[in-house]
Amino acid sequence: MIKKEMIAMLLAGGQGSRLGVLTEKVAKPAVAFGGKYRIIDFPLSNCINSGIDTVGVLTQYQPLRLNTHIGIGIPWDLDRNVGGVTVLPPYEKNGNSDWYTGTANAIFQNMAYMETYNPDYVLILSGDHIYKMDYEVMLDYHKANKADVTIACMPVPIEEASRFGVMITDGGGRITEFEEKPEHPRSNLASMGIYIFSWKTLKESLMALKDQPNCDFGKHILPYCRDNGKRLFAYEFNGYWKDVGTLGSYWEANMELIDIIPEFNLYEEFWKIYTKGDIIRPQYISGESVVERSIISEGAEIYGEVHNCVIGADVTIEKGAVVRDSIIMKHTRIGAGSQIDKSIIAESVDIGENVVTGVGEEAPNVLKPAVYGFGLVTIAENSVIPSGVKIGKNTAISGETTVEDYPDGELVSGGAIVKKDGE
Amino acid sequence: MRALGIILAGGNNNRMRELSNRRAIAAMPVAGSYRSIDFALSNMTNSHIAKVAVLTQYNARSLNEHLSSSKWWNFGRKQGGLFVFTPTITPDNSFWYQGTADAIYQNLDFLKRSHEPYVVIASGDCVYKLDYNKVLEYHIAKRADVTIVCKDVDANEDVTRFGVLRMNEDYRIEEFEEKPMLSDYHTISTGIYVIRRRQLIEMIERCAQEGRHDFVKDILIRYKNLKRIYGYKIQDYWNNISTVEAYYKTNMDFLKPEVRDYFFRQYPGINSKIDDLPPAKYNPGCLVKNSLVSSGCIINGQVENSVLFKKVYVGNNCVIKNSIILNDVYLGDNTHIENCIVESRDTIRANSYYCGEGEIKVVVEKNERYAL
Repeated sequence: MIKKEMIAMLLAGGQGSRLGVLTEKVAKPAVAFGGKYRIIDFPLSNCINSGIDTVGVLTQYQPLRLNTHIGIGIPWDLDRNVGGVTVLPPYEKNGNSDWYTGTANAIFQNMAYMETYNPDYVLILSGDHIYKMDYEVMLDYHKANKADVTIACMPVPIEEASRFGVMITDGGGRITEFEEKPEHPRSNLASMGIYIFSWKTLKESLMALKDQPNCDFGKHILPYCRDNGKRLFAYEFNGYWKDVGTLGSYWEANMELIDIIPEFNLYEEFWKIYTKGDIIRPQYISGESVVERSIISEGAEIYGEVHNCVIGADVTIEKGAVVRDSIIMKHTRIGAGSQIDKSIIAESVDIGENVVTGVGEEAPNVLKPAVYGFGLVTIAENSVIPSGVKIGKNTAISGETTVEDYPDGELVSGGAIVKKDGE
Repeated sequence: MRALGIILAGGNNNRMRELSNRRAIAAMPVAGSYRSIDFALSNMTNSHIAKVAVLTQYNARSLNEHLSSSKWWNFGRKQGGLFVFTPTITPDNSFWYQGTADAIYQNLDFLKRSHEPYVVIASGDCVYKLDYNKVLEYHIAKRADVTIVCKDVDANEDVTRFGVLRMNEDYRIEEFEEKPMLSDYHTISTGIYVIRRRQLIEMIERCAQEGRHDFVKDILIRYKNLKRIYGYKIQDYWNNISTVEAYYKTNMDFLKPEVRDYFFRQYPGINSKIDDLPPAKYNPGCLVKNSLVSSGCIINGQVENSVLFKKVYVGNNCVIKNSIILNDVYLGDNTHIENCIVESRDTIRANSYYCGEGEIKVVVEKNERYAL
């Protein structure tokens, strides 16, 4: 007889298109964060730290990196005889085969997985937020209120509330109404996309709405529950929580880690964040290098200057290179004499010698002005940047570029070079 | 699976001074993120040896903690596995391991119940990479009874803590002296042996019957004219860490690019237990030159020509020079450390001054972290 009080379903299938070329080949939850981590490490570590040992990870968009990262869950102690972590991709059925068409639809298609564990409660998580949270405390709150659904909420400044789903509660935390991205918010409680459902309620509403196209928690399931007299409660969370959905917020959240005492502190003994770390060797800082106000991961070799940076594992920064205000991910090389300013450089990128990034005045991006903003230079994984070129602000590069791709040796601000495979 | 492995990790050496009060030498942290035994264990797994016994005796707590799971070295399989043997009292024996041969004798059932034709014996206190299969091929080609991996050392090197040997032109060992005060030979035994399993069982049993306990003195040296004992020369990096000076030098070797390249970047890699520590943090005002820094460190002061192990905190205005700071050390503000090894899990009070004069100083304060 298998029995788990609460299991977690982690939605990790989204592309995260606002991260531009960073999510070209990987799903957003698998994007590196904070030097050695990936975004999904935060909800997964929260699960095991909260005592949840059964987690279904729903994947759809570009799952390879995610699959290899999760494996059988060893880094998070989620390799269990019963339960543990299970990757749940969409699958072919006897008729009606479908991709996951919405958040709730994805959960609905995995009803059989959930039923295996005979749960009393199901925790719905998304794989794209940076935070530490004890879901067990939230469950206690759910039980104390005899709730059917509990929604984790964050008080946000009222002027920002219109970007979120907003919960309006009575004095006791019970949700009376909610509004999706309202123009004139009536409350400052923003939904964090974290829900605890009592199993009966979840099953009943998923079954009732099984023919709803693009069935979504916020748009369909929660309204259904409210209209059917279910008890919906808001669980107020006041810790650090960051949505890293845009390049700007992604860059900011990384930079916050290097404050002297960061608001989101990875150095606390309690509530560790786990990750699959295949590189364990120490980093080397050479005699001629300067390193200041940065975090640097295992195996990096620094021969140049690093100021205000987040550096991933096995990164090499060669002699005379100066890197400022940037995020450099795993296995990347920054060639000698290069000047890197305010850039996000993804995994296994090769930057030649004397490359200068982040030069000139800002200009809107020609490809996706809403994505490539914030004055950032974004370079996708496995890209190659030839020696001696200059790269302006609000730019994006993906693929093995050569000098010919840079007219006059420069990619001006707002430019983009995105090569498809084999080009 | 032609061989099984035995790692001798029970030893202590008073030339490790205060450092061995805390742990067996095999558990000594090495090169920032590793422990000494990781090298032998990784060599075993990289040589596709699936069954390994670690024989421990002296102060094994730290070692056992390190070996708490065998998955980091890819053991823990249905075929094979990692076995840790500590002395136990049995109806016919109530002694500790009285020597290396006795340690194997007390666990002879492990050998008898195995089916692998050969045994690789290694010790847990050496830093090296070696494909034991190459030694095994050599052993078979030479039709040897025992093959000893050995290393040529500089003529001026102190060999009094090693077994010293001389080989003929066919590499058969003709002379073998254990820890001589004075020696004309500059080839030392690395403590790595390959031997046929049945041969080993026979020698160990005979040795025990005669009340002898030491593998080198009572087996290798006594049998050297009777059995075919050959030497296999290791050309690459190899160092034994069992004195404070050798330990210091081995760690400092990792500041050289060629040593880092050999151990860290060339295939195969060295595995170790995963500690889940955050990236190292460099705060404003820090100045780090020619140093190795491990994960979990927070640096506010000056660090030069040094090795910082995991989770070291360096306070404001500290000066660390030519030193090794072991795991989980907190250095208070304005501390000066030069030519020292600071013992792990220690808290050094602010404004402390330590400088090794003429030799490496081992710093042990044993302060409570939160009582400061």
